[in-house]
Parts: sequence; structure tokens; C-alpha cells
Amino acid sequence: MANMTLDEITEKYLDVLTEVGNIGAGNATSAVANMLGLKVDMSVPHVNLMEVEKIGSLLGKEEDIIVGIMLGVESDIDGSMMFLMDLPSAHRLVGRMMMMDVESLTEEQLHSSDFGEMELSAIQEIGNIIAGSYLNALSQLTNLTLTPTVPYLAIDMAASILSVPAIEFGMVSDKALLIKTDIGGIDMPINGFYILMPENDSYEKILGALGMPV
Amino acid sequence: MGRMIKVGMADLAVCKPPDNLTTLGLGSCIGIALYDPTTKVTGLAHIMLPDSTQIRNNQTIEKFADTGIQKLYDDMIKAGAKRGKIVAKIAGGAQMFALKDSGMNVGARNALASKAKLKQLGIRLLAEDTGLNYGRTVEIYSDSGDYVIKAVGKTPKTI
Repeated sequence: MANMTLDEITEKYLDVLTEVGNIGAGNATSAVANMLGLKVDMSVPHVNLMEVEKIGSLLGKEEDIIVGIMLGVESDIDGSMMFLMDLPSAHRLVGRMMMMDVESLTEEQLHSSDFGEMELSAIQEIGNIIAGSYLNALSQLTNLTLTPTVPYLAIDMAASILSVPAIEFGMVSDKALLIKTDIGGIDMPINGFYILMPENDSYEKILGALGMPV
Repeated sequence: MGRMIKVGMADLAVCKPPDNLTTLGLGSCIGIALYDPTTKVTGLAHIMLPDSTQIRNNQTIEKFADTGIQKLYDDMIKAGAKRGKIVAKIAGGAQMFALKDSGMNVGARNALASKAKLKQLGIRLLAEDTGLNYGRTVEIYSDSGDYVIKAVGKTPKTI
């Protein structure tokens, strides 16, 4: 891939990467849905090639507080992935996990950026499940070994959380290739999305493993 | 009332009273505010990475501490600021996720590189609010040189 630019990759392999995101996110979404007994809907993944400085406003307003779970991917493919969701979604998922009455949460509670120890570890656990199932699906699809690191959590302004992937991409390029999949709740409102961020060399491995000539 | 001009990621701007400058949600990035109290020429840069010489794709000079601060300084002088009068305040450089990175995290490296560049240009650093693990929104006011820093769940502070 040394001679190939990101633009060419996108042109040529958009469909394949979309499918990669689809399978990973599909598996992760159903893992969470099953664990919590929820119906969850998922969009077709968007494979976006964007300028790194635009990543900060990927979610809309830069100062909106979001919950971000990030983890590294190691072994055959290097990179990282993130799962991001808004505050009400995080409160609903955690409430559901802790067997609380989610319906009775007030607007104020739903938009609070304060989470207790228990709630934080519940979010972390959701991160674990999402990562594990996303990467498992990719691993089965490609026959590559993908090992997630421990997930890390941040609850802060969207732009400040998204500066982390922006910087990571910014080190190698002015542009970033993101595989973004939105999820939405059916029986309760959930808004979130996954971003898979393979390092540039890893695209070759993913595509190669899927039988695409690179 | 002047405008509050928004500076994006990997971007910079210069203004004069009554206008002011802001950048939203700094994470590991640094917001470098330059100010000349004698002419009230005010500048703000939002840099992402420490060193343009370490990166192959470095066309966007506003992205890096070394080239971005140089550009901001040059733009300040063009706008009428006086050499030797310009002072600096910086904020940001957080580590948003406690990743067990090898070596120093990029936020800390951004802060160090920004300070090194300021020193090289002979610009005095008056105050800083860097590091830790939370995002910051900053506003630089051109009439006073006040640098206001806002973070989630914290009282705004002025440096």
C-alpha cells in the first residue's frame, strides 16, 4: 500500500470497507442488544474520507458532552476503535444494565455528566462487549488476529474527545478514513456510533485477507 | 459588541477590539493566545501536533506547534503588533484517555513544543493551563488580554 493514496483506497475498496464496518458493528450491536434485552437498529456504515481538522465536529456541536470509549487494536492489525454516544443514551444503557427503571429517569438525570463508580464500570463493560464482538466479527471474516486493549472512558466535550482520533490520523496524513456506523434504539432512544480507525498499513491487511488485490 | 470569532482545529486567527477569539473543546490540542497589550492585536492558534519536521504530510502549517505559532506571530506583526511586546498564554494539552502509550503523551508534547517555539521567538509565556485529563474551551479577550478557560463541571477561570 506504500504506493497507494488514501483517495485511491476509498475509490476502489469503499464497498468492502463498508461491509467490514457492517459486520463488525452488526455483531457488536446485537451483543449489546441481547445483553440488555433491547431492540437496536443500525445504519449502513459510512466510510468517510475526511480532513482531520473536521473530525472534531463530526458529531455536530463541539461543546456537546458525550461519552467516549476508546480502545486500541493490536496483533495483525494496528489501530483503534471508538464507541461514542450522547449522555441520555449512556444513562439509559447503564440503567438497563443495572436493572433500574429507565423510564423514570428525568430529563435532568438523563443529561447529567455525573456518573457514579458503578455506572462508570458498567459503561466500561459495555465498551468491552462492543469491542470484543466487533473485533471478533472482523477476525472471523478476515482470519486475522485482532486483540483489543482495555477500554478507556472519557466523558467530555465532543471536540475534545474527537481530537484524540484527529491527532492520531494527523500524524500520518491530512485526511482520515473512518468507518462510522450509527445505532439507534427502537424501544428506547439510543444514539451512538462506532468508528474503526485502522492504521494506514492495516488497510492492506484487511483488504488482502478478504481476497482483494492490493 | 464585537464578534466572537471561532477558530477551528488546525486553524488560527488574528483580531483587534472589539472582536474576540475562541476555540471550542481543546483536548490534547493546544490553544496558543498571543497578545500585544500596547496595540491590543490579539491572536489565537489551535495546534494539534508538536513538530512539523517529524511528519511527512505537513502542508497544513496551522496543524503544528512550530509552524503554526510562527504563522500566528507573523500574522500578528502584519496586523500591527509590535515585536518584543507580544506575550503568550496557553491552554489544553490534556490526555483525554489514559492509554498506556509508550513515552510521553501527545498533549504533554504539544505543550512542551509550544513553549519551546515561544521561547525561540522571544515571546514571554505569562500563564498556562495545560495537562490533566479534561477538555477545555478557551476565549481570548482583545481589550484586556484575559484568557478564559471553561471545562465541563468546573468554574470558568481566567488566566
